[in-house]
Amino acid sequence: MSLARNAIHFEGVGQTFLTGTGALTALDGVTFTIAQHEFIAVLGPSGCGKSTLLRLTAGLMKPSAGSVSVFGMPVAEPRDDVGIVFQKPTLLPWANVEDNVVFPVRHKLGRVTAEDRDQARRIIETVGLSGFEKRHPSELSGGMQQRVGIARALFLNPDILLMDEPFSALDALTRDTMGFELLRLWQASPKTVLFITHSIPEAALLADRVLVLSERPGRVIADLPVPASRPRDEKSLSTPEMQDYEAHLRSLLIRKEAA
Amino acid sequence: MTAADPQTADTATANPGKSPESSKAAQKHVPARARLPLSERLLRTPAVLPLLTFLLLLILWELGTRIFSVPAYVLPAPSRIVLGFESVPVSRWVEHVWATLRVALLGYAVSFVISLPIAVGLAKSRLMSGALYPLLVVIQSVPVVAVAPIIIVVLGTGDAPRVVITFMISFFPLVVSMTTGLAATPPELIELSRSLRAPTFREITQIRLPYATPYIFSGMKISITLSVIGAVVSEFVAAEKGIGYFIQFSTSMFRLPQAWAGLVILVAMSLVLFQLVSLTQRVFFPWSLPKGQK
Repeated sequence: MSLARNAIHFEGVGQTFLTGTGALTALDGVTFTIAQHEFIAVLGPSGCGKSTLLRLTAGLMKPSAGSVSVFGMPVAEPRDDVGIVFQKPTLLPWANVEDNVVFPVRHKLGRVTAEDRDQARRIIETVGLSGFEKRHPSELSGGMQQRVGIARALFLNPDILLMDEPFSALDALTRDTMGFELLRLWQASPKTVLFITHSIPEAALLADRVLVLSERPGRVIADLPVPASRPRDEKSLSTPEMQDYEAHLRSLLIRKEAA
Repeated sequence: MTAADPQTADTATANPGKSPESSKAAQKHVPARARLPLSERLLRTPAVLPLLTFLLLLILWELGTRIFSVPAYVLPAPSRIVLGFESVPVSRWVEHVWATLRVALLGYAVSFVISLPIAVGLAKSRLMSGALYPLLVVIQSVPVVAVAPIIIVVLGTGDAPRVVITFMISFFPLVVSMTTGLAATPPELIELSRSLRAPTFREITQIRLPYATPYIFSGMKISITLSVIGAVVSEFVAAEKGIGYFIQFSTSMFRLPQAWAGLVILVAMSLVLFQLVSLTQRVFFPWSLPKGQK
């Protein structure tokens, strides 16, 4: 990372929700920094506020305490340079693949130009869906649908890609394939990625650094660089360092879940 | 396939030489299917079975009324109903049908046009939902038949009071289904919309409304038959034309077969309108059909 610019910075961020039964603290004193083009995985037990982290970065929520900044600017509202991939693909069932990919511009500006369509077709090609432009989501497998979801998030060419457990609904084999696909896309066109997951191997395979969150209220209990070189492949996970690394992550998570 | 399964079982017993697997395969390939006996092929054609049941019922009805010599004012035989239908000139029927149809369709259109903005308000704003929803429930709970005479007095004779009565009977399912549909949009898409800082107008037209389409159509299917009921109710109260009026008039004259003929026409009208709504959905919004109905 020659350009050591800070892409995302959390400073003492706390998030409290008011619910019917009282206040619920999702995040507490979360501080971390992500450099530009860094790939960060956030790992934690369910309900630890991982998704809250993502929504704060996206500007869809304001923190109750502390501050969130993107490229040095406090996040006050959603930004154009942030793309989101959700847990479920949530495509528009009435629109074909191409229309789903251009949807961000149609939705934001109310019109779609010929260049937008060209751009959409290029992105559809990069995510490996050439020939499926006119298909509808119901005709695609879960993995292909999520590829469309990724293409939609990449359409406005964001600097930051936020991914909320994007592969958790896929079967194990598709999940691995999609992981490598994502790495390929990221290497071809570097972006700052904040990848939420609850899968240890997935976090270890994809990320430069793994942030481990504790159970609610979520705090950063570990910030560990992944000891594997890039580019990575199936064998990257089987080195002794990586196995120790995964074991360490597992012990952090299990200890916290038992506590 | 679940609907076809009993038929597969039938074939298996009717053709002992065939295994159930081969008869299943026969359903997939048309030439193989053509080899089945004619009676089998007829039974497999949709609508044949319900039609047969209906015919059987008609025959039982005809025989029953004749054998037990039931008076026509209690239950006229189907043949008497046909006679009742023929005793009124076709041009008169057309007039009555058109009067009822016009009020039903106008009331339906008014229901739709009024329900849509209300539903958008209810789905988007908690304030509006809190303020309006109880009021809508109250309107829905008013026995419209009892209010109808008042509405006629207030709005006079003409189509206006009848359209209002039809609206009061048919709008509620539309509002409820539209509101449910507008609120059923996946929250992720709303977040996507917010993350793009798109105007609310486009959030409604490009995400919420299309997502609500299946819900809107189920509401429309209920409302269309309610609209016919609304038109008939309004004619019961005050009208000089329309099928509802005709039924009431015929009954007061003790011409029960004619009243029954009117009833048959009303049922046919409701069925046709319902099918038209279904067809609209199938032709223009095929993606909104539940899986297996495409």
